Amino acid sequence: MDAFTTHTGRAVPLRRSNVDTDQIIPAHWLKKVTRDGFEDGLFEAWRKDPDFVLNRPEHQGASVLVAGPDFGTGSSREHAVWALQNFGFRAVISSRFADIFRGNSLKNGLLTVVLEQRVVDHLWELTEAHPTATVTVDLEARQVRAEGPDGATVTADFELDENARWRLLNGLDDIGLTLKNEADIVTYEASRPSFKPRTIAV
Amino acid sequence: MGRTLAEKVWDDHVVRRAEGEPDLLFIDLHLLHEVTSPQAFDGLRQNGRQVRRLDLTIATEDHNTPTIDIDKPIADPVSRVQLETLRKNCADFGVRLHPLGDVEQGVVHVVGPQLGLTQPGTTVVCGDSHTSTHGAFGALAFGIGTSQVEHVLATQTLPLARPRTMAITVEGELPDDVTAKDLILAVIARIGTGGGQGYILEYRGSAIEKLSMEARMTICNMSIEAGARAGMIAPDQITFDYLQGRDHAPEGADWDAAVAYWRTLRTDDDAVFDAEVFIDATELAPFVTWGTNPGQGAPLSTNVPDPASYDDASERHAAEKALEYMGLTAGQALRDIQVDTVFVGSCTNGRIEDLRSVAAIMEGRKVADGVRMLVVPGSVRVALQAVAEGLDKVFTGAGAEWRHAGCSMCLGMNPDQLAPGERSASTSNRNFEGRQGKGGRTHLVSPQVAAATAVLGHLASPADLSDTRTPVEA
Repeated sequence: MDAFTTHTGRAVPLRRSNVDTDQIIPAHWLKKVTRDGFEDGLFEAWRKDPDFVLNRPEHQGASVLVAGPDFGTGSSREHAVWALQNFGFRAVISSRFADIFRGNSLKNGLLTVVLEQRVVDHLWELTEAHPTATVTVDLEARQVRAEGPDGATVTADFELDENARWRLLNGLDDIGLTLKNEADIVTYEASRPSFKPRTIAV
Repeated sequence: MGRTLAEKVWDDHVVRRAEGEPDLLFIDLHLLHEVTSPQAFDGLRQNGRQVRRLDLTIATEDHNTPTIDIDKPIADPVSRVQLETLRKNCADFGVRLHPLGDVEQGVVHVVGPQLGLTQPGTTVVCGDSHTSTHGAFGALAFGIGTSQVEHVLATQTLPLARPRTMAITVEGELPDDVTAKDLILAVIARIGTGGGQGYILEYRGSAIEKLSMEARMTICNMSIEAGARAGMIAPDQITFDYLQGRDHAPEGADWDAAVAYWRTLRTDDDAVFDAEVFIDATELAPFVTWGTNPGQGAPLSTNVPDPASYDDASERHAAEKALEYMGLTAGQALRDIQVDTVFVGSCTNGRIEDLRSVAAIMEGRKVADGVRMLVVPGSVRVALQAVAEGLDKVFTGAGAEWRHAGCSMCLGMNPDQLAPGERSASTSNRNFEGRQGKGGRTHLVSPQVAAATAVLGHLASPADLSDTRTPVEA
């Protein structure tokens, strides 16, 4: 996984709540067996509308998505995270994320930042009024900073549990970390009762 | 202080606990399917890793498989490659696989329980959000992403922060024609699609205790639609009776030891939940969704809500968008909504009891003109049982299509899809925009409502069917 320390880019205000993973990447894209090539499937149905915010010329090249509450609900498809990353997003801001989507995003180095809806509203207003405004997502300082050309600013601290932050900042491989505890796994396995189910005889 | 069911199962699986770190949890059963596993196997190969516990891993094909002409090559080359990839991965790594055409093939969440692999007090994961289904057995079961699939393949563990616990207590007797599906749709409408976020739900109370295992699976299945990490029901005699004698259920002394352990898997009287919700079962009614998320539902006897009636701006906006997408008008009676398609199936309602309840209503009746009805069994075993009972003849006799097992129109990955603008009554779990096909409109319903709707051509409950049965000639 690539490390995430801080990122500055333009933002896309997505004024929708309950954006489920079927909207982020429709099921027919899930037939692919790779982790890349999903960018054209991102929000596929909505992108058919030329007025959809992602299609607007002023938001081209943006890398921070500012979404409504309950982003990433529904299916566990990690393809939703890959699609956002393949398209060019490095961070998503929302007042609430679905659990599985959040877990998937942090495992892939897509930073999901939880901010109060009040702050999200301010970010929407700022980035709609000033599409060229830059938003900085600073994981080291745990802070989001946005500034428009007229000097309007939004600054907000965010929380992320220390362990997840450490793994992101260092781009650590979770499996490698777990395998350092091999002795604990072996000890646990030896203690499992014999009545536990097995899929094949060993 | 006592512990909840979820806390007991969690504690029994902690491999390692350290300050400032998530718990490392052992996984008892890992279910795989073709859609969320290819990239995980690729990861193993790139890092020279093996599957740590082949004896705790099993795969089947369900999401992407056709439900007709399964003996012919799969027409869509991309779908075919995905299935071939799973077959190659399972062969290369030694994973037990039940492919299309195998007698144990089916929707992964139907297959695990019917093999007796899903047992009380186990941890069950799968790269699929409806893994919550298995919580019906008192298992801690949750959906994971592909990176976690790779993690479990390589280590048989997952690092996880322990969720909070929420009790959903349902007391009283469910009225006639009110099913587990109506109950869970009502719960989701009450707490919202984000209401369970960060929680493991425990369904309890007298109404839950009376339910069959299949009904309990329907309820736990949709825990994810309330945003919950998992849903659980304490195991009891109904659970033990369901399991005993199944292929992978313990036997002899192991059975006795297992049951003794399983009986301890109950929330202690002095345990405290982080949140509690109370539902009066006697007040429930057949429930359907009108919107584009599973929380946008209402009793069938009511009307499409007016977005202006929502105080919350975000909910109001969501309701407006939903009505626009669904082509509905505020105030319209839900019973007046005409459908083109009825889908019976999925990990929510694709089990034998579901098919029996649909057949009991369809018997001697016909699918309404202009309505297409698909009946898709959850597994080959369910299909065989249905055929043995003659249910398939009831469906085809009524004019419905009897298909092969798979996920089918629940998510429209295979050719079973709605066309743009088409409207379905579906026993599945998600009414998201485009879920069942681009531009398709989905109303989530119980199997009984699906059957009555198929006969009348508009959303309906069995109580609306009084005189539609063809009289039997003397």
